[in-house]
Amino acid sequence: MDTGTIIIGLTMFVLACFAGAELIAKVPPTLHTPLMSGSNAISGIAILGALLATGHPESFNSISVIGFLAVIFATINVVGGYMVTHRMLQMFKK
Amino acid sequence: MAVHTINLIYLVSATLFMLGIKYLSSPRTAKMGNLLSMIGMAAAIGATLATPGIHGFTLIIIGVVIGTLIGGYAAIKVKMTAMPEMVALFNGCGGAASALVALAEFQGNSTGFDSFTLLTLLLSLIIGGLTFTGSVMAYAKLQGMVSTRPVTYPGQQVFNGVIVLATVALSWFLFQDPGNILVLSSITVLSLGLGVLAVLPIGGADMPVIICLLNAYSGLAVSMTGFALSNNALIITGSLVGASGIFLTKIMCDAMNRSLANVLFSAFGKVDKSLAATGEIPAGTMKGYEVEDVATILANAGSLIIVPGYGMAAAQAQHATRELADYLGEQGVEVRYAIHPVAGRMPGHMNVLLAEADVPYEQLFAMDDINDDFAATDVVLVIGANDVVNPAAKTNPSSPIYGMPVLDVEKARTVIVLKRSLNVGFAGIENELFSMDNTRMLFGDARASLQKLLAALKK
Repeated sequence: MDTGTIIIGLTMFVLACFAGAELIAKVPPTLHTPLMSGSNAISGIAILGALLATGHPESFNSISVIGFLAVIFATINVVGGYMVTHRMLQMFKK
Repeated sequence: MAVHTINLIYLVSATLFMLGIKYLSSPRTAKMGNLLSMIGMAAAIGATLATPGIHGFTLIIIGVVIGTLIGGYAAIKVKMTAMPEMVALFNGCGGAASALVALAEFQGNSTGFDSFTLLTLLLSLIIGGLTFTGSVMAYAKLQGMVSTRPVTYPGQQVFNGVIVLATVALSWFLFQDPGNILVLSSITVLSLGLGVLAVLPIGGADMPVIICLLNAYSGLAVSMTGFALSNNALIITGSLVGASGIFLTKIMCDAMNRSLANVLFSAFGKVDKSLAATGEIPAGTMKGYEVEDVATILANAGSLIIVPGYGMAAAQAQHATRELADYLGEQGVEVRYAIHPVAGRMPGHMNVLLAEADVPYEQLFAMDDINDDFAATDVVLVIGANDVVNPAAKTNPSSPIYGMPVLDVEKARTVIVLKRSLNVGFAGIENELFSMDNTRMLFGDARASLQKLLAALKK
């Protein structure tokens, strides 16, 4: 990997960390549980890596199997995470 | 789809994730925020599937269907009181996914990586792996499948230290010989073991911190995968989640006035042998009161502050609590709730339960906003809370919780404590509040006690 790509990646990483901290500081304690489950659902973005891993091999092999398992785990994380968050937020309607 | 287009869509997704969190700053906009976040996720997934050279759609679809069924079923079935362990488990799945993606990359590229890619892949594997087993352990502890007390044994920290060193050493080997399957497998096994070993000595009351920290780890693992794959969406999103987890971890630690190191390594809440032997705390003048006596106190109160704790969740007493509060409210009693930041087993646990029971969130007050009002309050009703209302945190320098900010409930005219039994609280320490002159203990299951109180009041 060339140094330029690494530096751009690190730049995004650091800036996003600060942006994340700023955004989260404004979430009131009442919503800390939905915040956790919501950000947890977002971390299911690992599904992108899982999709790429499963989709890369030209034919079925051991990588497909590992990727397939990763897709299952990541989907549980994404679907489950968003659904419980939605369930909780519905209760805060008043 | 062209790579540039895909990256632009990733940017849109990242923006939607950030907006999603921003909208969580108010209960009114929060649902909208979650929706935006979902759209961002769907867009990112769609763009990835449109990446040139993607095959194996059948396998992908089967995987997504299986994952959706499992995740969806769990999300619909889970009780609000069990939310901490559910979030931990979902989080563990994210960690497992990151670790597996790293393994797939190792498997797919035997020709070798540059050192930066290798380093980030390794970190993704190790952090993802320990997040997975650590989260499963946290789940097992919160479910009571594994002792919720800290599990310790002689030489534990030395043993864990050796495992960490072994992982580092093996990683160094992998840098010399990236294709070595045996070394890679050993690192995987060690990282899985580390998750279990790290969570074992941590008590149930410290789980809010651990769940936050594991959340941060899963974000970090995603970021590392992102570096290895040069995938912007993963880098940005992972660091967002990482920052969120670290921030909440800090809030939780501050609320207990303890350092993260203390939470991780002190086996806090290990029961003192002498206390465990007798099975109960020196009771002092503590004695149980009858439902009728307590009901009379409530009937004569002008103002009431309810302090819920993990006991309310354990007894599923949130609805009974609201029913009693509603009745008293109708009788003209001013009812408010005081929420300690670490009450329950995850940040905001009590708020979610009370919201489930339709308690208006305007009645919920954070510790700092209500602590000065206890002195001017007629009655405080403590439901299954213990350490967060222990005055020893302010008065007894030898207490393990000394210095932790607590709710000043003892300043109220009368304190009613609903408690299951005389046993010590989670920190394994006695609570002098229970034997104070203005305290009335009502023993029994919290939900049953609340229902009896309501029946007695209506008489």
